Amino acid sequence: MPRMTMIEAIRSAMDVSMERDDDVVVFGEDVGYFGGVFRGTQGLQQKYGKTRCFDAPINESGIVGAAIGMAAYGLKPCVEIQFADYMYPAYDQLTQEAARLRYRSNGDFTCGITVRMPTGGGIFGGQTHSQSPEALFTHVCGLQVVVPSNPYDAKGLLIASIENPDPVIFLEPKRLYNGPFDGHHDRPVTSWAGHPLGEVPAEHYVVPLGKAVVRRPGSAVTVLAYGTMVHVAEATAEETGIDAEVIDLRTLMPLDLDTIVTSVKKTGRCLVVHEATLTSGFGAELAALVQEHCFYHLEAPVIRVAGWDTPYPHAQEWDYFPGPARVGRALRDMMEA
Amino acid sequence: MTDGQRLSLHVPEPEVRPGGKPDFSNVPIPKAGSVRRPEVDVDPKEIRDLAYSIIRVLDREGEAVGPWAGSLTPEELMEGLKHMMLLRVFDSRMLMAQRQGKTSFYMQHLGEEAVSCAFRKALLPGDMNFPTYRQAGLLIAGGYPMVEMMNQIYSNDADPLKGRQLPIMYSAKDYGFFTISGNLATQYVQAVGWAMASAIKNDTKIAAAWIGDGSTAESDFHSALVFASTYRAPVVLNVVNNQWAISTFQGVARGGSGTFAARGLGYGLPSLRVDGNDYLAVHAVAKWAAERARRNIGPTLVEYVTYRVGAHSTSDDPSAYRPKEESEAWPLGDPVIRLKNHLIRIGTWSEERHKQMEAEIRDTVVAAQKEAERHGTLHSGGRPSMRDMFEGVYAEMPPHLKRQRQQAGV
Repeated sequence: MPRMTMIEAIRSAMDVSMERDDDVVVFGEDVGYFGGVFRGTQGLQQKYGKTRCFDAPINESGIVGAAIGMAAYGLKPCVEIQFADYMYPAYDQLTQEAARLRYRSNGDFTCGITVRMPTGGGIFGGQTHSQSPEALFTHVCGLQVVVPSNPYDAKGLLIASIENPDPVIFLEPKRLYNGPFDGHHDRPVTSWAGHPLGEVPAEHYVVPLGKAVVRRPGSAVTVLAYGTMVHVAEATAEETGIDAEVIDLRTLMPLDLDTIVTSVKKTGRCLVVHEATLTSGFGAELAALVQEHCFYHLEAPVIRVAGWDTPYPHAQEWDYFPGPARVGRALRDMMEA
Repeated sequence: MTDGQRLSLHVPEPEVRPGGKPDFSNVPIPKAGSVRRPEVDVDPKEIRDLAYSIIRVLDREGEAVGPWAGSLTPEELMEGLKHMMLLRVFDSRMLMAQRQGKTSFYMQHLGEEAVSCAFRKALLPGDMNFPTYRQAGLLIAGGYPMVEMMNQIYSNDADPLKGRQLPIMYSAKDYGFFTISGNLATQYVQAVGWAMASAIKNDTKIAAAWIGDGSTAESDFHSALVFASTYRAPVVLNVVNNQWAISTFQGVARGGSGTFAARGLGYGLPSLRVDGNDYLAVHAVAKWAAERARRNIGPTLVEYVTYRVGAHSTSDDPSAYRPKEESEAWPLGDPVIRLKNHLIRIGTWSEERHKQMEAEIRDTVVAAQKEAERHGTLHSGGRPSMRDMFEGVYAEMPPHLKRQRQQAGV
């Protein structure tokens, strides 16, 4: 089995999709000749030509707006927003257009677009290259939201997203592009080379949207995580010795509530972690759902560990990031409750 | 140094407000037939002046004159007259229906009928319009059933959009009519994307984008022009300048630009300005721009100079912000009367036959209205089901929506 980093797996997903279907087109800022600032589209223009992989003007509403028009025509655009932090000019096109074409036209027009965007911090990107805006998308009916945590899932989920008939926001935790990251920023960087989920089939396969996976089975507490925080949660469970069950949500919308409920009913405790700011974050939705569906099984209040409610700082990046120390403290507190 | 001169802010105002005497003397109107007709493959640099003029075909006597005349046969012109009259009667019936409480909202085209009706005849089957809320002439002239439009306006049980959309926000893919958003300007860049897709697939179809004078101030207008210019998309970029954006006169969006057409010049787009109340001129210019797109030469920006005679929608009263007499003072006249006079002038029409056709059209529209009302109106009779509300958010209903539908008891 070939080994791939997450960025290579993402590139492979687009490669496989473009190979199989002429209607798949890829464009965005710097994605053509250069192959993307994170190298996500490297080689695609050379392989599929300039009309299927090309550079776009620096205009996010234009990139998404044009993609919507292309989807209305019948293409399957997979576009890149260079950083999730740059998506705001496209927010109108995403929320009121892409998300609603099917509904408002009663299926006369549909919008099968995939919008990729690197998300999250951990690379000293400061406030405009580190944000995690997933809750701004999960709140919008008509959108689907995917956050992979490893190369294998990233490829299968991206192929599934491109093939999906409705719009998908595909958030790529950029700190995971080249290796798993458990939050120990002071330790040497690890690569995907030794990780089992770095084994990625070269061919087409799909990881279905809307299916979570138990990353680490456990009996003491359920940790709901996605993206980078899956690795932080796994490491913290090992380090604290608390037998946590770590669930990688993979898709936030639609959400795999069954997997969550089954686990929380078993463990009786639930910790929600995400890198995005706390207030009105996706963790609030998760906490609400858990108490609605598991209240009589809970032995402790549902706790959230998240980014502080501040802009993502530069020098204080590791004070902001909800790393193993904060997650571990929360786990211990929950076990004592 | 300016010796510490104090600054002051310029806030533009229209020439006249209610109570004042309408004055369009500052609007230069070139003589019909006076603007040249370049070849469609002309270098845009050579026709920059056309962004500041007005292409006109019908003169004061109803004669079709100049190089832009002759794009339509008398039979086609007759059909065009009928479309405009249909749209006008349709509007008056639906406006009344709104006042009678049969629907919540309506937007009429009074004075602007030529723009969408004539433009539609320059397109071919398969082409796609990305309209705003004031181009129903694209549907009327495209043969879309009036009853379907009314069903949509009434949100009744035959509404093709299942009651999900505000009245008049039609969608008709098979008739080359993209789903109207209700947001402004978003569709402009989508049209460019659609056209790019057609070019990517080496297809033969073209797109048409629509926007009003006020919405050209939106950033999506700029997005669309950049993308159209960069990729030379096969699209016609239409700007309908009807002078008013609800209560805001066109000068607020136009700023220091001489005209809206001139916005295209910085993008290297051929930019034409046309008399929007002249059916023949609209058609001739639309055909020119469509041919450029179809021959893969690239996009064209067209500004239609017209006047919104009615209110913006059923939710505003224009007498609160402009003189009541302003529409009568508008120097480009009425599109229906001008085409009628032309047809009389060339001997294919008469006042009597016109009156007769008016009556026939009224009967047709009333019959359609009766048929639509058998399916219900907004507050009475058949209506889309509550189940329909939950359908179609996604291709496949996700679990959380199924739960909510269950909670709602449907």
